Amino acid sequence: MKLGGRSLVIGIPWLWLFFFFLIPFVIVLKISFAETQLAVPPYTPLLQWTQDQYLQLRLNMGNFLFLLKDSLYLEAFLSSLKVAGVSTILCLLIGYPMSYAIARSNAAWRNILLLMIILPFWTSFLVRVYAWIGLLRNNGLINNALLALGVIDEPIVMMNTDFAMYIGIVYSYLPFMILPLYSNLEKHDNTLLEAAVDLGSKPFRAFLQITLPLSMPGVIAGSMLVFIPAVGEFVIPRLLGGTDSLMIGRVLWDEFFSNRDWPVASAVAICLLLVLVLPIILFQRFQMQEAGGSAKRA
Amino acid sequence: MSQTAATAAQAKEQKKEPWRDPGAKPYIRIENVTKKFGEFEAVADVSLNIYQGEIFCLLGGSGCGKTTLLRMLAGFEEPTSGHIFIDGADMAGVPPYDRPVNMMFQSYALFPHMTVEQNVGFGLRQESVPRAEISQRVADMLSLVKLKGFEQRKPHQLSGGQRQRVALARSLIKRPKLLLLDEPLGALDKKLREHTQFELVNIQERLGVTFVVVTHDQEEAMTLASRIGVMNQGRIVQVGTPHEIYEFPATRLVADFIGNVNLFEGRIVEDEPDHVVIQSPELGAQIYVGHGVSSPPNAVVWTAVRPEKIQLTREPPEGKFNRVQGTIKEIAYMGDMSIFIVQLESGKMVRVTQPNTFRHAEDRLTWEERVWLSWHESSAVVVIQ
Repeated sequence: MKLGGRSLVIGIPWLWLFFFFLIPFVIVLKISFAETQLAVPPYTPLLQWTQDQYLQLRLNMGNFLFLLKDSLYLEAFLSSLKVAGVSTILCLLIGYPMSYAIARSNAAWRNILLLMIILPFWTSFLVRVYAWIGLLRNNGLINNALLALGVIDEPIVMMNTDFAMYIGIVYSYLPFMILPLYSNLEKHDNTLLEAAVDLGSKPFRAFLQITLPLSMPGVIAGSMLVFIPAVGEFVIPRLLGGTDSLMIGRVLWDEFFSNRDWPVASAVAICLLLVLVLPIILFQRFQMQEAGGSAKRA
Repeated sequence: MSQTAATAAQAKEQKKEPWRDPGAKPYIRIENVTKKFGEFEAVADVSLNIYQGEIFCLLGGSGCGKTTLLRMLAGFEEPTSGHIFIDGADMAGVPPYDRPVNMMFQSYALFPHMTVEQNVGFGLRQESVPRAEISQRVADMLSLVKLKGFEQRKPHQLSGGQRQRVALARSLIKRPKLLLLDEPLGALDKKLREHTQFELVNIQERLGVTFVVVTHDQEEAMTLASRIGVMNQGRIVQVGTPHEIYEFPATRLVADFIGNVNLFEGRIVEDEPDHVVIQSPELGAQIYVGHGVSSPPNAVVWTAVRPEKIQLTREPPEGKFNRVQGTIKEIAYMGDMSIFIVQLESGKMVRVTQPNTFRHAEDRLTWEERVWLSWHESSAVVVIQ
């Protein structure tokens, strides 16, 4: 009975991951080794019966080689990593003081402030991105207001620029930075800071020596939560970014839907996954270390 | 010859008990300090002098204001009114990092991401102390608290007693003139606590640091302190040596808080300069106290008698005062002594402890036995409040 309950509890997530992660992944992996053809589905099968009794497995490495050959893909990867990296740093710079302030405010305020962080999630993501279009476009709210105030003579072009794209990404992913950081900072023991100040450390130095190193797990968790989805981000660059903004998510979309080249698109997806798995593994290892440390502490 | 010996003894006495010397300059002067949190008065008009080299214990129940007073000395709280002088300097507006004071926190507040060595050296790293000197002083301090070989451990790899010693070493590394200790032994088990108490006193004597200790544990205060300040509801109720506090409690509260005590309500019926006689219906007998009491006639007073100062006998004792009969209701054998709870005619329960002097006590007192309780005329203390 006990065993049954346990397997059930562990089994459900296992099944979930199996059906909705592993199987799709295997399918994508399979397609990435196929060739395009004008048919439904638009790729060749990997296993084929030849005229005799042979079962033939044909792995087409061409898609991956193509990714290496055409510099577009490498550039798209690099530019995606850059955009995600810059966005992560911006989120960290904005999110850390916010999380710190929330963690330091009194209990009644804390919940209100947290609610305000989470509140945007109650509207659709797309609606929020469109709202930014309304704010940023040439005859949008910001330009109109500035024109009316006489600060500027002609509208500043903000839409379809990197600037707008960064605003969109940072705005959308900021809560993912703030929440893990907050949950870390909120647990900090204030007497540690008092001890540091008592031992002659001025408040800012005490922050650098005590709070900052102790908040590293929160910083890393938040950065991962921003960086990983930001690399593959498609909607925001598409809606806010310029036509020349080269993001791997966009390339992926074009390959799938414009070129209908599923095998190359799948190869892009597999490479993207590999690029992202690396930081996830590092994060996992860090968390394991943390868990080991706290287990010893208990 | 005998005169010089007498003055030498007096000098020694005064060196040990500077508060008895009217000319001595206090190291800490707390003048009419009040601290309010909103409407609540955590510390109410406290004035206190603490001298160099003392171990001064602030003793009181939770919420009596002792920790707030300590935090004001450390600089974490500013007094609402009043002044604190440390070594002659007014501490108003001086932040904690500029005070010649260090604190050992109740939770120890060790930095979890630093090794023992880094924790202990933290205070020195905040100043431009050369690296070689830091490691030398950390090593010295670690050997003082007997933690050699633990330099590279993290706090979570240490036992409670070891953590306590790291915290002590860390707070002593800057050689403060004044060390504040917030319940320093609170988190240790009983055996370790006794051992650590003596170690703490040893270190204090060796370094000549002034200690101000906050504790709710009267036993801890008794063993550590040169003087105790008993606090209640933000006020200092009594200041004195452990002996004075125990034997001459100023109020009922102090008598009750320090150790166990039997209190008998009564009225003074005979008030002479050298003795008083108290009629106590609660006791069912007259109490003779061998010292004068300054109280309005016919006032209600309480006579405090410590359990160990009462004798239990089967035969009626001599005299007509300070004796009463009762029935043994409870006996608790503690090894070194036994505790008896004796019920008087009035129904009042009296606590009596008797040392177990002999291993084979024949004819021991037992449950429901009628016994006489008595005490010497100098054993009782009369308190008015």
